Amino acid sequence: MKINYIKGVLAGALAMAALSTGSQAATYDLTVDYVTIDTGDTKTTGIGYNGASPGPTLRFREGEEAVINVTNNLKEATSIHWHGLILPYQMDGVPGISFPGIEPGETFTYRIPVKQSGTYWFHSHSGFQEPDGAYGSIIIEPEKREPFKFDREYVVVLKDKHPHSGDRILRNLKMMPDYYNRKQRTLGDFIDDVGKNGLGATLSERGDWGSMRMMRTDIEDVQGFVGLINGMSPDQNWTGLFKPEERVRLRFINASAMTYFDVRIPGLEMTVVQADGNNVQPVKVDEFRISVAETYDVIVQPKDDRAYPIFAESMGRSGYAFATLAPREGMQAEMPELRTESPMLTMADMGMAHGDMGHGDMAGMNHGAAATDSGSQGSMPGMDHSNMGMGEKADPFYAAGSGLVPVAANGGKFLSYGDLKAQKPLYAERPATREIELRLTGNMERYSWSINGVKYEDAEPIRLKYGERVRFKFVNETMMTHPMHLHGMWSILDTGQGKWNPVKHTISINPGTTVYSETEVDEPGEWAFHCHLSYHMATGMFRKVVVEGGPTVTQLGNGN
Amino acid sequence: MKKRDLMMIGGSAALALGPFASVGMAMEPRIYYGFQAEQFEYRVSDESEKRLVWDTDAFVGTDELKLRWQGEGERDLDADSYEKLENRFVLQTPISDFFDAKGGVRIDTPDGADRWYGTVGIVGLAPQWFEVDADLFVSETGDGSARLDVEYEGLLTNRLILTPSFEINAAFSEDREIEVGKGISSAEIGLRLSYDLIDRAIVPYVGVAYERKFGDTADFAKHDGEDYEATYIVTGIRLMF
Repeated sequence: MKINYIKGVLAGALAMAALSTGSQAATYDLTVDYVTIDTGDTKTTGIGYNGASPGPTLRFREGEEAVINVTNNLKEATSIHWHGLILPYQMDGVPGISFPGIEPGETFTYRIPVKQSGTYWFHSHSGFQEPDGAYGSIIIEPEKREPFKFDREYVVVLKDKHPHSGDRILRNLKMMPDYYNRKQRTLGDFIDDVGKNGLGATLSERGDWGSMRMMRTDIEDVQGFVGLINGMSPDQNWTGLFKPEERVRLRFINASAMTYFDVRIPGLEMTVVQADGNNVQPVKVDEFRISVAETYDVIVQPKDDRAYPIFAESMGRSGYAFATLAPREGMQAEMPELRTESPMLTMADMGMAHGDMGHGDMAGMNHGAAATDSGSQGSMPGMDHSNMGMGEKADPFYAAGSGLVPVAANGGKFLSYGDLKAQKPLYAERPATREIELRLTGNMERYSWSINGVKYEDAEPIRLKYGERVRFKFVNETMMTHPMHLHGMWSILDTGQGKWNPVKHTISINPGTTVYSETEVDEPGEWAFHCHLSYHMATGMFRKVVVEGGPTVTQLGNGN
Repeated sequence: MKKRDLMMIGGSAALALGPFASVGMAMEPRIYYGFQAEQFEYRVSDESEKRLVWDTDAFVGTDELKLRWQGEGERDLDADSYEKLENRFVLQTPISDFFDAKGGVRIDTPDGADRWYGTVGIVGLAPQWFEVDADLFVSETGDGSARLDVEYEGLLTNRLILTPSFEINAAFSEDREIEVGKGISSAEIGLRLSYDLIDRAIVPYVGVAYERKFGDTADFAKHDGEDYEATYIVTGIRLMF
């Protein structure tokens, strides 16, 4: 024991020496504070950093050691998780897994050897502090030149700011799962459908969903939010300045608790150059969907001397965020027309291969919950095909016939996961050593969410072996979309492009689909793995991942 | 340098050593609580009798086990007496995707004879969105009875909601002291139009309710000179916190 201890100290000292010669330390100070969040319509008490929500943009440099002193000025414990950063697990900031948390009045020093570059973000991993405002952005400057050019850059952080606190939202959802769903089908919709499809077909369609006790409108659990961009509501109009012809890099981060956004800048083509902090081969799009916790960097080149809107409508069309790109201060872009028609789930989104739903009359539905574009489209009476990408190749990351398939507002190109190709492979390609199936499960009526039918509190950790490459098979058996986030190690999303598969930290799995990702298990320690929708994570769609073997892992005491 | 260099990571992982308190804290199940007044209403009958009626519910517990209080009452505002005053305390646990089982005690303390009951039941969501609450009771006098409550929310709009409801009571034996005869004893149907004024927390409504007693139970009422049926106009407020 004693010898091991001395060895450890020696190794530690050597490593310290190596680090201190090889990299510079940069110190950052963050306080965690109660703040007032003013959206123009509502003023609520929330949680922020350095006196504001969102917190500051931290600028790290690849190769440095970032030293961040976090002082908790709250009356409750807190934590900061560095979303997407590859770091020693004790610095990952998940109370109960990485460390005990930061008590009121305490200062915790995070020490992060910065070994990557790109756009990331940070947020509290304690309670509902993140929905309540505890988030900020991170830009890591690369050591080498980037494979694209830009003249200026802005961080564009999206947030679904709700007037209710996170605690209250979860309690309301538990009492009444459709508490916040104001997009439900009504008598008027019924009459419209009878007019369109006839009484028999309408009754039979309502009956099919009613027998499952599921709602076609169950797309956004928590409506009633105001979309914020960099902390500002549509009325407050955050504005980024540009000079015509300049190339502007926009670093989009979705720091929302629950809301996916469809982002566009009418009048400008966006070139996606980075996803989740990793460079991708440039792809030109008119619109993209950003899952909760994802980041996308796009480059735009406004040519005219006019204001352009940055417009982000929520996936379920219950809210939006708006900001302006302008050549001068004091301009507000014209608000694009809202797409008021809300998407609706279809039987395809239900997977139909799962559960105890005896629907023998649905021949012709695609029963394969696999992410393929094969299979015929559904023939449910009353099914709405109008919002599917007709004419274009169907997006394989949605169930065939899904009601969630996005279509660009201008009829142009909508980004798909299938378009993402790594700029430079991060890892050598090799076959996975094994596959782990993770069925995403839940019960909307009970508002409880789980993995393989087991909630976090009842689950054994997922045990991985250091040095292996695991293939995760995500089978979404729920009717909701889940952004799955593995801490500490990259998720290589299988888009069928071999070594060019994009490398991400958050992977969205649409209802009724199966998605694969691979992870090189190259970080020892204990990590969190969860759905990033705050209230799904809190009610059980969460696992601890234990990486066994590898370099000796010791606990770091307060960053020393 | 993004390529993972395992050796270097190994070095930095061993960066520091030191005794440190255990961080393996177990994840405790979350505890939830809530209060709901499904009905809290003023009733005026076709014979101008005035009543205050409530049907309330509060719970605390986890996904697996909840303690629930259910309180129902009917105060006759003309006679200043409790026609009905029920309090139930039950433990509730899931038995299927959509249904919970519950069991506990019910204490009735209206004006007139009091009763204690043991109770078991199920509560949940039936296909086609019918909310169902079905209970069996055995009283201190050994008399068995049953109650079925069914409710449906019809969305005229996303805030204007029409709720038909139905309740039926049956007794397996007669309990003369509380004026309940054997067989189907009473039923009530209601139709309430509500508006979600503030979220789902404060929801005013208006509606109609019709109640009647059957068989021997109706005869007992007639014998006492009471009505065995009544139609009410109701105005009330639904609450949820």
